[in-house]
Amino acid sequence: MTARVYIPADMLSLALGADEVAKVIAETAKDTDIEIIRTGSRGICWAEPLIEVETGAGRVAYGKVSADDVPSLFAADFLGGGAHKKCLGPVNEIAFLKEQQRHIFKSCGLYAPCDLTSYAANGGFAGLRAALAMNAGSIIDEVEASGLRGRGGAAFPAFIKWRTVMGANKTQKYIVCNADEGDSGTFADRLIMEGDPFLLIEGMVIAGLATGADKGVIYLRSEYPVARKVLEQAITTAREQNWLGPDIQGSGKAFDLSVFVGGGSYVCGEETALLESLEGKAGIVRAKPPLPALEGLYGLPTLIHNVITLCAVPEIIAQGGEAHAKLGVGRSAGTMCFQLAGDIKHGGLVEVPFGISLRTLLDDFGGGTRSGLPIKAVQIGGPLGAYLPPHLFDTPLTYEAFADLGAGLGHGGIVVFNERADMRAQARYAFEFCTHESCGKCTPCRIGSVRGAELLTSSTPDLGLVDDLCDVMVAGSACAMGSMTPIPVQSAMTHFPDEFGVRATQAAE
Amino acid sequence: MTRWNEKTSRALIEETHKRGETLTMALRALVDAFGYVDEAAIAPLMQTFARSRAEVLGVIAYYDDFRTTPPGNHVVRLCQAEACQAVGARELTAHVCKKTGLELGQTSNDGALTLEGVYCLGLCANGPAALIDDAPVAELDTDRLDAKLAALTS
Repeated sequence: MTARVYIPADMLSLALGADEVAKVIAETAKDTDIEIIRTGSRGICWAEPLIEVETGAGRVAYGKVSADDVPSLFAADFLGGGAHKKCLGPVNEIAFLKEQQRHIFKSCGLYAPCDLTSYAANGGFAGLRAALAMNAGSIIDEVEASGLRGRGGAAFPAFIKWRTVMGANKTQKYIVCNADEGDSGTFADRLIMEGDPFLLIEGMVIAGLATGADKGVIYLRSEYPVARKVLEQAITTAREQNWLGPDIQGSGKAFDLSVFVGGGSYVCGEETALLESLEGKAGIVRAKPPLPALEGLYGLPTLIHNVITLCAVPEIIAQGGEAHAKLGVGRSAGTMCFQLAGDIKHGGLVEVPFGISLRTLLDDFGGGTRSGLPIKAVQIGGPLGAYLPPHLFDTPLTYEAFADLGAGLGHGGIVVFNERADMRAQARYAFEFCTHESCGKCTPCRIGSVRGAELLTSSTPDLGLVDDLCDVMVAGSACAMGSMTPIPVQSAMTHFPDEFGVRATQAAE
Repeated sequence: MTRWNEKTSRALIEETHKRGETLTMALRALVDAFGYVDEAAIAPLMQTFARSRAEVLGVIAYYDDFRTTPPGNHVVRLCQAEACQAVGARELTAHVCKKTGLELGQTSNDGALTLEGVYCLGLCANGPAALIDDAPVAELDTDRLDAKLAALTS
C-alpha cells in the first residue's frame, strides 16, 4: 500500500524549512512506495512544519519537523504512525484543533490546494451547484437569513451590498475580492488562499450569479507571493474544469476571474483606494457616496468583500442561511477566524463562533506567552486596533461588546505583548505607521500623524494635546486610516497611563 | 529577475495594455521582470496609457514596491509590524542595520545588498519574519538571520 505523507507548502511552512523536509523524506524513501502530498496549512502555526501520515486510524501528526529529524522518524516507523518525540498523535485530536468549530477552514490543509477533485469530494462546489439552480433573489435571501457581516472590519451586513448591486441597472458589474488585508497579526486570508483557493473562487462565482456580475478580480497583497502562485494555478484549473468561464457547468451562466497584485500600500485595503489602484492610479481614497455598490470599479456597480466573507458564502448557500445564523451570538452570527500572534506559545488560526472570551482564546488555545513572561497587553484588529490590558480579557468576542469598549474586532488578528512592551513606543508607532501609509488626501491623517509621533517622542508628552489631535483625526479624516489611528494611541494612554508620564494639563492645574 | 532591456520592457507594457489592464498592472509586470522601473520605460508608459509624465511618476512614487533604481543583488525585507515587534523585530532590525551599515531602504555601495522594511508578511505567529530574495524566513533571531545573510554572500 502506498504510504501517504502530507507536508504543507504554505508560506509559513516554507519559511520554516518544509521544502527541505519534503526533499529529505523523498530521498530517504526512494525505494519505498510513498506519495508526498504538498498541502495547505491547518493553521496550527506553533507546530509548523506539521507533517501528517495516513494510517488505518486516520492521520497522525508530527510537529516542528526539521530535515534533521527525518532519519529518526524513519527509524521510528513514522510512515505507520510510530511513536517519536515529535509525534502529536492523531491530528484531529490535537486540542488546539479539536476545540475549534471549523466551517470556513474545515478543509484547509486536507489536500493539495489546487486538487479540484479532492475539493469537490470534501463538499466543495455544493454551494455553487445549489446557486446555479436558484434565482438571484433567493440566493440573496439566504445571505440575508445567514446574518453574514463583512469580516474585513466594518462588519456591514453583506446582503445589503448584494441587493444594491443586484438592483443596479447596468450590464457590466464586478465582484472584487479585497485580499489586501495588511493588518499585522492577521493571516487567515493568506492561509485560506494558499490552502483552499477553490473556496474563495466558489464564493466569488456565487456572488456573481446573485448580483449579475460576470467579472471578478482578486486584489492581492504583494507580500503574499505564495498565495499569488496558488490562486493563479487554481483559476487556471477551475477554468479547465468549467467552474469558471462563459458557460459554467453547462448552465449558460458566465463568470471569470483574475488576480491583481498590489504595490505594497496598506491604504489600498480601503475599498475605494483599492478601486483607484485597480484603475491604474495611486491608491488615494474616494469620497463616499457614491457607494462602490453603485459606482465602483470604472464607475460601475461593484460588490467588494474581504476574503473570509466570500469564503463563508458557499456553506451558507449549501446548507441554508439559517444554519449560519444559529452560530454565534445575536447579531454577531457565524464563526470568526481569530489569529493568535506575537508573543504567544500556541499561535495560529482559531475558528470559533462569536462570543467566546479573549481569555479563553489566549489561555486555552494560546497557552500563554512563548517567552514565558506575563502578558501586558493585546492589540486586536491590526494597526488600527485597541491595546487592551488583562483586566478586560473576559470581554466576549462579539462586534457589540467590542464596540462598547471603543474597540473593534477588525479582521480578528490578536497580537500578544509581554511585560517588556513599551506602550508609549507602541502608541508612537501607530502614528508613525499612519505617516508611512497615509495616502495624503486629507490633512488630519497626513499631518496629524506626523505631529502625533512628534508629541509622543517626549517621555512626558502633553497628553491633552494628543487627545485634541486625536479628536481632529477621528472627526476629520476621510477614511479609517486617519480616523482609527487614535484607537491604538488612546487605548494605550487610557490603560497604561504610567508609561506616558504625568498628564501635562493636569500638572498645570 | 533579469537586467533591464528596452525590448522586453516595451513588450511587457504592450501586452498589459492589450489585455485591457491598467498602468499599475504594467508597473507590476516591469518590477516583477527587472526589480524596478527604468527611466526609459516612462515615455512608453505615458504613450500607452495616455497619462502625463507627472501622473506616471506620481503612481510610481505612491507604491513602495515600485522602485526607480535597481535593487541590490540580494534584497532583505525585514517585517516591522506589531506582531514581529512583540517578539523582538526592533532589536533584530537594529542589529542588521549595524552589521550591514545600511538603514532600511538603502542599498550598499557595491550593489550587493538592499535592506528594506515590510509591513506584515502574514507570518505573525512565528515572528520575527523576513523575505530574503522572495524566500520567506521566520522565527528569526540574530544568529539565524546572520547565518542566512552569510549564506547570501558565500
